[in-house]
Amino acid sequence: MKKMTGAQALIESLEQEKVEVIFGISGGALLPIHEVLCDSNIRHILARHEQGAAHAAEGYARASGRAGVCMATSGPGATNIVTGLANAYLDSSPLIALTGQVNTKSANTSYMIGRDAFQEADIIGITTPITKYNCQVKTAAEIPKAVKTTFHIATTGRPGPALIDFPKDTQTGKAEMDFSENLKIRGFKPNTEPHPVQVKKAVKLLLSAERPMILAGGGVIISNASPELLQLAELLMMPVATTFMGKSCFPENHPLSMGNIGMHGTMLANIMILEADVLLAVGTRFQDRSTGNLDSFCPDAKIIHIDIDAAEIGKNVEVDVPIVADAKPTLSLIRQQLVHKIKKQENTPWIKKVKEAKEKFLSEMDLGKCELSSPKLLRELRRILPENAIVTTEVGQNQMWAALHFQTFKPRTFISSGGLGTMGFGFPAAIGAKVACPTCPVVDIAGDGSFRMTEQELGTSVTEDIPVIVVILNNSMLGMVAQWQRLFYGGRYAGVKLGNVPDFAKLAQAYGAEGVRIGSIKEFSDAVKKALNTEVTTVIDVPICPEDDVWPMVPPSKGLKDTITGV
Amino acid sequence: MSKEHSHIISTIVEHKPGVLYTVSNLFRRRGFNIDNISVGPAEEVGLARMTIMVTGDDRTIEQVIKQLNKLIDVIKVTRLNSEHSVTRELALVKVNAINTKARSDIINYADIFRARVVDVSPDSLMMELTGTSDKIDAFINLMKPFGVKEVARTGKTALSRGTKSIIIED
Repeated sequence: MKKMTGAQALIESLEQEKVEVIFGISGGALLPIHEVLCDSNIRHILARHEQGAAHAAEGYARASGRAGVCMATSGPGATNIVTGLANAYLDSSPLIALTGQVNTKSANTSYMIGRDAFQEADIIGITTPITKYNCQVKTAAEIPKAVKTTFHIATTGRPGPALIDFPKDTQTGKAEMDFSENLKIRGFKPNTEPHPVQVKKAVKLLLSAERPMILAGGGVIISNASPELLQLAELLMMPVATTFMGKSCFPENHPLSMGNIGMHGTMLANIMILEADVLLAVGTRFQDRSTGNLDSFCPDAKIIHIDIDAAEIGKNVEVDVPIVADAKPTLSLIRQQLVHKIKKQENTPWIKKVKEAKEKFLSEMDLGKCELSSPKLLRELRRILPENAIVTTEVGQNQMWAALHFQTFKPRTFISSGGLGTMGFGFPAAIGAKVACPTCPVVDIAGDGSFRMTEQELGTSVTEDIPVIVVILNNSMLGMVAQWQRLFYGGRYAGVKLGNVPDFAKLAQAYGAEGVRIGSIKEFSDAVKKALNTEVTTVIDVPICPEDDVWPMVPPSKGLKDTITGV
Repeated sequence: MSKEHSHIISTIVEHKPGVLYTVSNLFRRRGFNIDNISVGPAEEVGLARMTIMVTGDDRTIEQVIKQLNKLIDVIKVTRLNSEHSVTRELALVKVNAINTKARSDIINYADIFRARVVDVSPDSLMMELTGTSDKIDAFINLMKPFGVKEVARTGKTALSRGTKSIIIED
C-alpha cells in the first residue's frame, strides 16, 4: 500500500500495464493527470483533435496487438472521441479511453457532476452502447482496480474499446493505493479453448468435404492465428477467402489466396465461395458487406463457425458446427487431429478448378483506362514497399481499391475502418501504427474527401516526428458516393463535388511536411522512394480520373452471385 | 422464422448504479422489446435480480441471452420455463367505495381473490393483491364498475421451482 494521489495512481497503473504512449489532448479536467505524466516515461503524443488521438491509439493497437490508449478532457474532449470508440467497437480493437470529468463533490457545488457544470458531458451514458466496458471512478482509491479491470476486459476475449472517466477530485484525492489486488470479475469469463466434441465434428465435416473453403476474418489477426491458418489451409489444400477485416491474415501471393469476398471483393472469391460444400469460417461475423444478400450465400455449404464471441454464432447465418473459442488453439487442434487421418492433399479436382478460375479472373481484373488509375498506382506502390510496410486506408473508393489491388503478405500490415467506415480514420491510424512499429514504413492510402476530415494531424506527425506517407487518390469528389449516384441515381451528382481545393502539396508544406503533386507513374514511384529514404512525412497528391468506378461490385441488397464488373 | 412467444429471462447483475441503464439500453439498441422488467436485491449482498419478460421467436431470445451475457455487469442469465417456474405480480388497487353496499361488495370480491385491504378512507378502499397477471387483470376488471381510481403494478417477477438456483460460483 502506498499513499498517493489518484493521478499518481493512474500513471503507476498505466506503467504496470506497460503503456508506452498516450495519444491525447489536455484540458482543464485533466490537469492533475498531466502534471504527473510529465515525470513518467510514458510518452504523451499531442494530437490536434481528440478524434485523431482515438484513431491513432487504435492504429497503434492494431499494428502492435496491444492496448492503445487515448486521453481527452471532459465535455467536448470526451465527446470528440466517440467516433473513435464506435470505430474500435465494430472492429474489435483494444482501445482504451481515459477521460477527465467534473468533480464528484466540490466546494463550488455548481462545478459538480449532475449540475451541468462547465464542460460536463455524460460520457458514460453516451459511450455505453459503443464500448465493451466503461466506468466512472468515484474515489481516488478505486483507480488501481478500475485501470486493471478495464485493461483486462478490453484486451481479453474479443477485444473492444473501454473507457474510464476520472472526475477531477478523484485525480487530486489522496488514498492508500493497493496495486496488488487480484481481479475477480464475475461477469466476464471468455472461453478460449474449443470444446473437444465440436472440434471432432469440425474435423469429420472437413474430411467429408469435396470442395472445402476457408473464410477468414479479422479474428484471425486479433488471435495471431495466421501461421495456424496457413498450415491448415495447406494440409487440406483449402482456398482461403478473407473478409475485408481479415485482409492480411493470409499471404495474398499464396496460390490458395482468393482475396476478399464482399461488396467489392474479388470476382474469384465471390464466385468460388458459393461453390464450397464445407465452409470453415474463422473470426468473422458474416457482416452484410461481406456476405451480400444472405438468401443466396453459400447455399450448398455446411458451415463451421469459429468465434470467441458466442453472440456472433447464429447471429446472421445459421451454422452447422459452432465453436466458441479462440481461433489460434482451435485451428491448431483441428489440424493436429486431421494430420493423423489424412495425408497432405495435393491436386484435388476442386483445387484444380480453383486454380483455373484464379488464372481467368486475375487476367480479367479491371486496372482502369487512365495512366494514373488507382489500381495501377496501388500495384506500383506494392512493388516499391517492403513486405513489412504497414498500410492504412481511408474510407470509400480508396479503401476498396486498396483491398483489391494492394496485396498484403503479413498480418497487421493492413489497417482500415471496416465496420464503422469512418472517413478520416486512416491518417491518424497511420501515425499510431508508426509509433507502434517505428522501423516499418507506414503509408495511408487516402482519398481527398477522407483526408480532409483529419488532415490537421499533419501537425502531430511533423512536431512529434512520426513520419508517414500519405497517398491521396484525388478525384476532387466523395468518390464512392459519386459512384453510387452514377450507377443507381441516374448520374445526378448531389453533395459530392469537393472542388480542387486545397492544394494538398502546399497544405503539407504549410505544416512543415513534404508535399508533392505528381503526374505520372514514374513520378509517383520516385516520390514514394524519396519519402521512404528521407523518412519525412510526405503527402503525395495523385490526380486520378474523377469518374473511375471500383469494380467488381455487388449491387446493394444483391447476393455475391450477382457480382458485376464494369467491363 | 419460428413463432413469437413471451419468455421470462432471469438475470443476476451487479447491484450498482447504471446497470438498469446498461441492460435496458442493450434491448433498445438491438431492437428487442421489453414487455416487463422488475428489479430488486438478490440473495447475496451486492447482487440484484432482474426479471425481464420479452416477446420474440426462439432465435431472437437466443440473441437476447447471448448479448446480455456479454455485458460485464451481468453475471448470470437464465431463461425460465413457464411450466417449471413461479411467476407473480403485485398490485395496489384503489377503488371508489362511496356507500356501504359498494364497500361490502368490494370486500367480498377481495376475499375471493385473497386481496387485502391496506387503506381505507371515507370514500375509497385500497387493496393489495399478488398473483399471476391474469388474476390481477381479472380483479381489476371486476373493480371497474365501482370506479378504479389508481392502479400500481410491479410487473412480473419469477423464480424457477425446486431446489435449483442460479448458482453464483466464484
